[in-house]
Amino acid sequence: MNRSPLKALLGAVLLAFSTASFAAIDTYAFETAAEEARYKALIDELRCPKCLNTNLSGSDSPISADLRRTVATMVQAGKGDEEIREYLLARYGDFILYRPRVMPATYVLWFGPALLFLLALAFVARLVRRQRRAEAPVPLSPEEQAALARLSQAVGENSKA
Amino acid sequence: MSRTSLFLPLGLFLLMAFMLWRGFALNDPHELPSALLNQPLPDFQKTRLADGAPVAREDLLGTPFLLNVWATWCPTCKAEHAELNRIAARYAVPLVGVNYKDDGPAARAWLARYGDPYRLSVVDEDGSLGIELGVYGAPETFIVDGDGIIRYKRVGAVDRRVWEEEIRPVLQNLGLPLEEPPA
Repeated sequence: MNRSPLKALLGAVLLAFSTASFAAIDTYAFETAAEEARYKALIDELRCPKCLNTNLSGSDSPISADLRRTVATMVQAGKGDEEIREYLLARYGDFILYRPRVMPATYVLWFGPALLFLLALAFVARLVRRQRRAEAPVPLSPEEQAALARLSQAVGENSKA
Repeated sequence: MSRTSLFLPLGLFLLMAFMLWRGFALNDPHELPSALLNQPLPDFQKTRLADGAPVAREDLLGTPFLLNVWATWCPTCKAEHAELNRIAARYAVPLVGVNYKDDGPAARAWLARYGDPYRLSVVDEDGSLGIELGVYGAPETFIVDGDGIIRYKRVGAVDRRVWEEEIRPVLQNLGLPLEEPPA
């Protein structure tokens, strides 16, 4: 089989990526599946304060483990998602949120892309309109019409002669 | 194309230059602005490292003090320890330690070996006080005023420069007499 080395390589690559998503192996007992789902969603969306680009679920750092435990305890205690976010926000600041709050400092972040898209639309619309105008036949001015009439008359007289 | 739109590339360039300048001028991205600035020191019920006696938030208040989060597993804590010893010996500012996620006997041995600059150390074995304080990497140093409000936070080692330029002025603003003692 000459396909198998490739397959093995692909497998190895996939295996290398698989660890990233299962860094958090600590397990907590939740009463309902909904609670567990909320816990998982929260640790996916909260950022590890020690690492620049990892969420709580993907980090092996001790502080992430502590914060996962904190989130689990709060979920088990029946706290709401918003309450848990507020709790961590009050202690670690906006850094902890991977989904930034909507506030003046983040307006550019939240509305910038939509604004850029609108600008791009306006730009394209202008381009298209200009293109159409360039293609449309321009009606002759009265002077031009008079000139055309004179010319065609001259041509007619020439051909008669 | 109108004359003004010729300036569009220049405008874009200036915008990008400004944003890149801002982006690279930012301090160390590891340094989080503290959410706890001007917030009250969180409540806690813990024990003292030296003798296991209970200690709570109220026991610390009264005069402004330095709260230093340390651990024996933290190399930077060892690096800053000499400076903390110097501060404790020379200036009239109480230092309170938070022994963060550490082993009690090891921590006591560490202080015996390298000197103990702390009026007392609070044992935070499970890191719960650390979470209340928004600690994400030891060492961290807070200035707490007499009313228990956090006035300053430093993540990373306290050295001579940090003491002279950042911590000492804040403490002096809070009314602590920090004149150099007569040599």
